Formats: sequence, structure tokens, C-alpha cells
Amino acid sequence: MAHTSSETRLRARLDARRAAGRPLLVPYLTAGFPDAVATPRLMAALAAAGADVIELGVPFSDPLADGPTIQGSSQASLDAGGSLDATLASLRAFRRGDADTPVVLFTYLNPVVRRGVERFLDDALEAGADGVLLTDLPLGEDPDLEAAFESSPLDLVRLIAPTTPPERALRIAARAQGFVYYISRTGVTGARSGLRQELAAEVSALRAVAGVPVVVGFGISTPAQAAEVAGLADGVVVGSALIDAIRDRGEAAAGAFIAELREALDRAPGAGRAG
Amino acid sequence: MSDGKLQRGERKASAGRFGRYGGRYVPETLIAALDELTESYERIRTEADFQDELNGLLGSYVGRPTPLYRAGRLGEAAGCEVWLKREDLNHTGAHKINNTLGQVLLARRMGKGRIIAETGAGQHGVATATVCALFGLDCVVYMGEEDMRRQALNVFRMEMLGAEVRGVSSGTRTLKDATNEAIRDWVTNVGDTHYIIGSVVGPDPYPRMVRDFQAVIGRETRDQILEQTGRLPAAVVACVGGGSNAMGMFHPFIEERDVALIGVEAAGEGIGSRRHSASLSAGRPGVLHGSMSYLLQDEDGQIAPAHSISAGLDYPGVGPEHAHLKDTGRARYETVSDDEALDAFHRLARLEGIIPALESAHAIAWVLRDGPGWRETGPLVISLSGRGDKDVAQVAETRRPR
Repeated sequence: MAHTSSETRLRARLDARRAAGRPLLVPYLTAGFPDAVATPRLMAALAAAGADVIELGVPFSDPLADGPTIQGSSQASLDAGGSLDATLASLRAFRRGDADTPVVLFTYLNPVVRRGVERFLDDALEAGADGVLLTDLPLGEDPDLEAAFESSPLDLVRLIAPTTPPERALRIAARAQGFVYYISRTGVTGARSGLRQELAAEVSALRAVAGVPVVVGFGISTPAQAAEVAGLADGVVVGSALIDAIRDRGEAAAGAFIAELREALDRAPGAGRAG
Repeated sequence: MSDGKLQRGERKASAGRFGRYGGRYVPETLIAALDELTESYERIRTEADFQDELNGLLGSYVGRPTPLYRAGRLGEAAGCEVWLKREDLNHTGAHKINNTLGQVLLARRMGKGRIIAETGAGQHGVATATVCALFGLDCVVYMGEEDMRRQALNVFRMEMLGAEVRGVSSGTRTLKDATNEAIRDWVTNVGDTHYIIGSVVGPDPYPRMVRDFQAVIGRETRDQILEQTGRLPAAVVACVGGGSNAMGMFHPFIEERDVALIGVEAAGEGIGSRRHSASLSAGRPGVLHGSMSYLLQDEDGQIAPAHSISAGLDYPGVGPEHAHLKDTGRARYETVSDDEALDAFHRLARLEGIIPALESAHAIAWVLRDGPGWRETGPLVISLSGRGDKDVAQVAETRRPR
């Protein structure tokens, strides 16, 4: 790895939160949804409501890992002029009022490849990103591309799925920068009702070996679920449920929803100290 | 791994690559399933029992070998010697069943009881529904709503065969969106489901596996042309959307350097109009549906909508092996417009009594245009990838025969 944990805003923030026993709350927001003007405002509201890291989604025409909610927000963003450049502009606008809250760009690979990886990294850094999560770049599939990301000052956040064999999961955890995003179940993103029974054991095994925090996402939609997951992991990602809230109840619902989750997480028994 | 050593369970970076193209750019959830599929395919493909069952059904059920027919009147019109590889005479009316039969036999050996597929024109969906009926497997076919409208007859055929057709209303409501939805289904139901991709696209091992199942087209052509003319063709010509009939035709000839490989893409309303499907001729490298290849895309890396009069060519990507054959210069890729393809559709009907699929009509059109240059070179073989019954209603709406 070309950089150490102490160098990045992301790691500093996560380490401080972990030391304080505070479960990490990582909301996902599609950039440009419902429109570009709203994005920096929404990001600020999420940070004020207790978000530890913000995942900022780059809208893409063919989001094949996403369920209907994020497909919808992605398409709405594109329809309103959303793009990679517009995403970075929103991030820059957010950074003018918040130099501290880490932001991870959540993107499909093609917009990155189209721009050129070096230029993407330069642009993302300049805009104030701390990390990047590439939905369709699994470990070991494109060593040159992975090396370019891993040696940049941006953290390359990795995904682990319930179908990932244990031996591979360990290798991913060992390579992950920033944090590991554990997908709680097979399928696309989107709100669901229950958590799988095996989740506790799987996350516990991962936390035993990962040098970075393990956060759990995919399908977490209520404060009760978030609290339950916080009892097993270092934190939670909430995406589709937040997008649903903004779509159905308006921008003001975003901060309120994240504040509710924050409260539930902080009250969760054993939260942030599990495993 | 910079030291070049692979850890246990790690793949070579070059696995499943064609030059820089191909790969497995998929959500992590699918990696284990792709590993399982790759391992199973590599083991099962050479087993005698698998080969016997596949070859037996290709003969008795699909109707192979398909004829290689010398098209005399078409040749006169084109100004050169033309042969047609009659994939339109396969059961279900197109080359697609060569692949679906192979994959369903594989899926059965892997213990997968549920089959999913995407379809554009409906030919791959019908071919998938057919083999699922043959083996009593559950079958779900994803199809864009725009394509369901254009190809209503094929929707009905699939349902008659017992498949469930799920309409896809996202994006452009065509093949690319149906493929997204099929991948989403597979990510969700990966344990019991096999995804039969219909072309030489998608993550490894699909491009090479589909190619291998379609290579029967080129192998038969090679034997037949040698037997009937005593020589190899000067060129083999096939339409290219995703590129499976072309790849199946090309593959057995790749090492025969004197045989030109010519792929014909859909220029739609013209390359300059941006209403076309010519990914190789007018696209740029990128990542879609799990592999790196040429794509129609805008400057932001958003996938651009494709257009063709033929739903089967209406796709903004193309198989990664074609991308490699283009870059190395081993194959040539040409384009034919909607109007030229329509004209060729009518001319083949009148000249030979064969109504081609609109997809295949693109290859016919190119030969009609370029034929005089091949007068002295030796025979051209066109892959007549499918029959045109499915297109008759659409063509009738467009223009009356002259």
C-alpha cells in the first residue's frame, strides 16, 4: 500500500470513532438527486445529523447492482443533467462548508474508464473525495487498475458478499483501504424487511481479520435494523431507505431520518464494541 | 500481485481476456458463481457423455448440420460466388439454439433448476424457452417493453413454451436493459439459477463459452465448403450485434490467414445520425455487462442508446473477442444502414425464395454492395443467422415490396 492509515481523513475519522465506541453511520446519496442544487445541502444535512462518512453515488445509465430505488434516483439525476463532473462540483460545494466529513465516491467503472483513471483520481482528489468504491471491480480482476487506485491518496473501499468464499473474503479484507463494505445478502441494493440469521457469524469472522472497520449494508431500512446490525459490526450503510425518504417526504426528511438512525445506533447495546 | 505469484484461489489476470478486452467486471456477489461456472464448464465440456448428448440433440432435435447452399441468383446480383450457411433452418429459426442447448445441458449437470435469460428480438428467448421445455426447467426471460411491442409474436411463442416473460421498463426498454435486469435476478438468486447469456458478451467465461457452442457454424462451414468446392472461402461474412453468430463462424477460420473475416454492424439511420448500433465502428472501449469492450457511450461514460431496425442488433456493446479481432486487424468490421438491410431483405426473398431475419439481411446487404470486388477471389460464405418470419409484420409496416 502506498499510503498509511494516518495519512487519510477517512482513516483518521474512522479510527477516532471506533476508539470512542461509536458505531459508524454511512449514508448513501445519489449525486444530483433530486437535483444538483440539493446535493451539497443534503450532504451537509447528513453530516449535521450524525453521518460519519458519506457515500456519494455517481449517477450511471446502467446501474446493474442497484435495485429499483437507486435505479430511479440515478435516472432522475441523469435526466436533470447529472454526470461525473456535476457530482464532483457538488462535492466541491459541500467541501466549502465541511472540511472534515469523509466522502467516498460510489461509482460504476465505465465513467472512470472513460475519463481515464489518472485524470479521475486527480479530479476526485481535487474535489475533496477521500475514497472510492467501484461496484464492478472485484478483487484481482484488473491488477493494473487496482494498483492505480491503491497507490493513490484515495482509499479503495472493497465489497465482500455473502457468496464470497471465506478464503477470498480474508484476502479482500487484507487489501481493503478505509473500510470494508459487507453486503448483508445476495441481491441488488434496496430496502428489505429482515436480516439473515447467518449475518452475525459471517461479520464476526471478518472483523477478526480485517485491519479496517467492517460496515454492513444492502437492505437496512429502519432504526431497529440499524441498531441490530450495529451490535455485530462497526457500522451500517443506509442507501435506498434514505433515497426513498427524500423521494416520498422531501429533502427535509433526509436529516430527520439520519438523526433517527444515529440515535438508534448510539443506544444499541454493545454497539461498536461487538466481536 | 506484482511478484507474479498467485495466491490460492486467485486467477491469472489474463484469464478470460482477449488482449485487453473481456474480464469479469461484476458485483462481488457473482464472483463465486462465475468461478463455479468456469470450473464446471472446463470440466464438463470435454466429457464424452456431455459431447454425445449435445451432438445427438444438435442432430436429432435442432436439425444439424445445416446446409451450405450456393446462392446462384444472389451471386449473380452481387457479382461474385456466394454461399449461404443456413442457420435459419435450425429448430426455432436461428443460430441461438446452438448456444442455449449447450448451456442448458451444462446447467443440468451443475444442478441448477431455474434458468433465466435476456432477449432482444426474442430469438434467444425463444431458444431458451424451447430447451427449458425440453428438459422441464423453470424459465424466466427478461425483455425490454419496447422489444415486446416490436416482437409481440415471439413473446407469445415464449409463453406457449411455458416461459415467464418479464417486461423491463427501465432505461431504453431494449436489450441492454433486459440484460441489466437478468444480471440483477442472477445476483439475487445465484444459488439455484443459471443465467443463459445469448451472445458472446458478459463476464468470463460467457464470451468463450458461447463462442465454443456457436463454433459449430464455422466448423461445419469449413468441412462443407472444402467438400463442395475443394477450397476455403475467400471471406466469411456475418452480422454483428453482440456478435455470437459472427464469432461462431469466424472462430474456426481465425488461424486460416487467407480467409477474410468480415463483421457487419448496424449503421441504423447512419453513423452521423447517432441512431445506430455500430459499437466497433463508432464506439470506444469501456465496461458494460461485466466485460471490457467497445461501447456506444457519451463523454461522461454514460451508455448511449443504440438503434437498429433489427431488434437483435440493437445493443450498445459487442463481444470482447470482436474488440480484440478489430484491434489486431484480423477481422474487418463494416456497417450497413436500415435502408440497405431492408432492401437486402426483399432482394433475398425475390432472388432465392428465402426470407432472412433483418439481422442477417445486414450481411446480405454488405455482400450486395461489396460483391464486385470479390469476383476473382473465390467464394464468400454468408452466415444466414436466422429466418425472417418474425420480421414480416414489421417490414410490412415499413414498406411494400417493390
